[in-house]
Amino acid sequence: MKNMKGSLLKPFKAVRFLFKKPKTLRYPFEPKAPALRTRGFHINDWEKCTGCGNCADICPNEAIEMIKIKELKTEVGKKNERPQIDYGRCCWCGLCVDICPPGSLKLSRDFFHIHFDTKTFVFIPKDERIDKEHFFNGKDYSILKASLIHRKKDYDGYTSDFKYTLFNPERVPMPEVKPEERILSFIEQVIGYNDEEAKNEAERCLECKLCEEACPAHLKISDYIKAIYEGKPDESLRKIYEDNPIPAICGRICMAHCEDACSLSIRGESLAIRWLKRYASDSIKDYKAVLEQNIVKPNGKKVAIIGAGPSGLSLAYFLKLQGYDIEVFDALPGGGGMLRIGPPIYRLPLESIDKDVDYIASLGVKFNFNTLVGKDILFEDIYKNYDIIYLSTGITVSRSTKVKNSDKCILALKFLKENKIGKRQKVGKNVIVIGGGNVAMDTAREALRLQHIQYPSEKTIIKTISLEDWDIMPAKEEEVIEAKEEGVVFNPGWGPKEVVLDENGKIKGLLCMKVKSVFDEKGRFSPTFYEDKELFLKGDMIIEAIGQAPDFSFIPKELFEKIEFTQRRKVKVDENGQTTISKVFAGGDIVNINLDAVTAIADAKVSAEGINLYFKNKKQNSK
Amino acid sequence: MRELELYFGPQHMGMVGNFSITLSVEGDKILKATSNPGYLHRGFEKLMEYRTWIQNFPLVCRINVIEPDSMEMVYAMAVEKLNKIEVPERANFIRSVYLELARVGSHLFGLWAYSNMLGFDTAAQWAMYHRDLILDLFEELTGARVYHIYINPGGVRRDFPKGFKEKIVKTLHSIGGCVPDYNDVFFNNRVFYERASGIGKLSQGDAIKYGAVGQTLNATGISSDIRKIEPYAAYDKVDFNIPVRENGDAHSRILIVRDEMIESVHMIFKLLDQMPEGEVWNRTPNPFKWNIPEGETYVRVESSRGELGLYMVSDGGDKPYRVHFKTPSYNNGLVILEKLLKGANIADVGNIMISLYIIAPEIDR
Repeated sequence: MKNMKGSLLKPFKAVRFLFKKPKTLRYPFEPKAPALRTRGFHINDWEKCTGCGNCADICPNEAIEMIKIKELKTEVGKKNERPQIDYGRCCWCGLCVDICPPGSLKLSRDFFHIHFDTKTFVFIPKDERIDKEHFFNGKDYSILKASLIHRKKDYDGYTSDFKYTLFNPERVPMPEVKPEERILSFIEQVIGYNDEEAKNEAERCLECKLCEEACPAHLKISDYIKAIYEGKPDESLRKIYEDNPIPAICGRICMAHCEDACSLSIRGESLAIRWLKRYASDSIKDYKAVLEQNIVKPNGKKVAIIGAGPSGLSLAYFLKLQGYDIEVFDALPGGGGMLRIGPPIYRLPLESIDKDVDYIASLGVKFNFNTLVGKDILFEDIYKNYDIIYLSTGITVSRSTKVKNSDKCILALKFLKENKIGKRQKVGKNVIVIGGGNVAMDTAREALRLQHIQYPSEKTIIKTISLEDWDIMPAKEEEVIEAKEEGVVFNPGWGPKEVVLDENGKIKGLLCMKVKSVFDEKGRFSPTFYEDKELFLKGDMIIEAIGQAPDFSFIPKELFEKIEFTQRRKVKVDENGQTTISKVFAGGDIVNINLDAVTAIADAKVSAEGINLYFKNKKQNSK
Repeated sequence: MRELELYFGPQHMGMVGNFSITLSVEGDKILKATSNPGYLHRGFEKLMEYRTWIQNFPLVCRINVIEPDSMEMVYAMAVEKLNKIEVPERANFIRSVYLELARVGSHLFGLWAYSNMLGFDTAAQWAMYHRDLILDLFEELTGARVYHIYINPGGVRRDFPKGFKEKIVKTLHSIGGCVPDYNDVFFNNRVFYERASGIGKLSQGDAIKYGAVGQTLNATGISSDIRKIEPYAAYDKVDFNIPVRENGDAHSRILIVRDEMIESVHMIFKLLDQMPEGEVWNRTPNPFKWNIPEGETYVRVESSRGELGLYMVSDGGDKPYRVHFKTPSYNNGLVILEKLLKGANIADVGNIMISLYIIAPEIDR
């Protein structure tokens, strides 16, 4: 230290700063541009916003409230609510931006609000594209106009960054048997989560409940996912059973409308809701011990259910718990209906179906399997002897393309049914599957496995043709991907013209023609073709998987005439599931157009309520 | 002569922050001083027990207005330790750079407070201006000027924006270029020497006895710094000195503030050179289902005013069971201040108090 005490004169050097330009900005004439990441007032893109309410949940100051907007419609995966922000409470931390699943909520670089009225501090953020009136161009904006209702356009500040989202957009990968391994046998493809994987996957759920509104049966999804996260699969199963009595089945083959609505799916991968349901049902060995369901005193009312598919099973369960006397008739040797014969074993093993059916049977539901109504028992007798008849017969007859020589083809349902509950079919080395739906995928992949088993070291080919091109392929995307992985060759955009036979009358191949359009201008199915653009596919076996139709031949003519149908050839039911014959209710594939298990359960729920109401009204009328 | 009771603050020109001292004076001489905190009590520790782990992250920084960053750091460290969250290497470097910038910003503010109180308005205005330049850097990095809410558990909230490294270097060079001016006008000013040397003198023994930390301790000749003792973030990757002085008076303490600033700037340059590429944040669990396993932890960092500790207990739930901060201003501001004021002049109250670098909100957390 040379001079600890310091100098007396040196400080006067500062005088020279008097002759320098001041560093201070002459605000407001010289405004300072805020940084690009400035956390100012909120902007919300209403078109992207789903109204999930995660922003309101995470806000540390409870500054965000979800407000119902009348002009907005509720649709699948979207609520008609938008966040409202109280700037008396907001601390501009930006957690709402980082949690926002669609990334619609942002903070702008505007941070002035000048107003006499404190009510203006509570406001619903919008986006300039919707709200042109209040969003100015930069040059039209001044501090005098600065307020929450006058904002600058294109002035995004702190925005959501996919890398730094507080939610986890990646799914816990489901362990699966590899394609090269699984095509050699009918081993179940999906192995299922173990406890830890299920817990990790369940942890991703944001509990916004968009899925519950999308689910036709309105399962309490976020509750049962939470129970799995807390390590209580038994509690989870109890929650599932409130709305869905076939979790082992649905946990495997549900169309998972919930996952399409999941807010995580907007920018990431949706929560594996279906696999978690499967985990809940698989991890409980004995349903009865866990569920501990008590049946109320029998009320003496007799219900006959025709068809033990998902709809019939569900109705049997719901009504049995309420004390009804239930009898189920089905032509197949076991429960499950279409699910018993449709989905191949590698997707839905019979043990899983029986697990669910056995539980329903253990409640006291009487099942009559191998009983074809109309042959083994007459519909008239059922109609006479029971108080209520529930039709859940499904669509059981495969349609044919009806092209030339199509009688030589095999129908998909027959093929699948024989393989699953009968004898394994002999397949050709070069199989063509006609169709682009889920049944076609099942058929192709089933045939592929059979080829590998029957011709172990030979070259075999599976081809599919479908009218629909990739963008409108009706099959679920994951099924198409898995089919491709296994080696199925796709020919989308081609329609069948003729099955070509050789001189011995055996199948030589399929002549196809190019599709011009699949739907007409009203969006109805009405394919048109280019007759001159042809493609010949070689093959020795053709399976038709182009859709199914219901079979009502068991209903006598005089009753059948009383049943009304909708324009889309579905059984007409009212909001209680009641058909035009008062004691006949209906549900499942013969009623809804979704043609899946969970909608069938939803139909059963409606009918269960409807049947209660039917008896209540009847009682009142008789008084 | 008659003994009088004098209320000093909280509305007083020489008083920074919401804090007051009750003085018993006899003429110009102080017989007894009693610190009066509590004007800024917001019950943070209790508030935190009612907020989830993620909701506490924007809250903790508010405990200290001048340097919110070390609060964020200590909270993030505690959560990471309890929940065993790894922090990416680059995030550690960013954290260190950010904390050193915060130290410079905080010291400039402290310098403003001190020189302003002594009447050196020129240096005070410079310090305020230069602090603003640091705040500009924070604004660009985090989106806010004062409450940055940047270090979150698992790393930092966003990576450096484009060209940010160069901007830091440029800003620090422009501030560093003014050090000779600061020296001439303030640090080497004879008036400052006369006014500060020998004032509020604390012996080494007393410093240890009363638990002094930071500049107050280092000014008595003890070299103590958590960054060396228990390196966190990337402090074990760089070499730096701890400024130490012997006299233990206000003069030494303020000179240590200056030396620490210069040392921090050098350290930032070194850190920026060594900074690796890569991720800056490891995703933390879903905030709505974030439960931290049962346990308790004590973590500490070297804030701009000395050792800052956090004791946190989790009972396995989604909120902390108990949070307790050990803040540097607590020891310096209550016990040591009362001791140093005894026997001092009324004119030196502000001098002693601000040289101890007391920040009232830290005491009333």
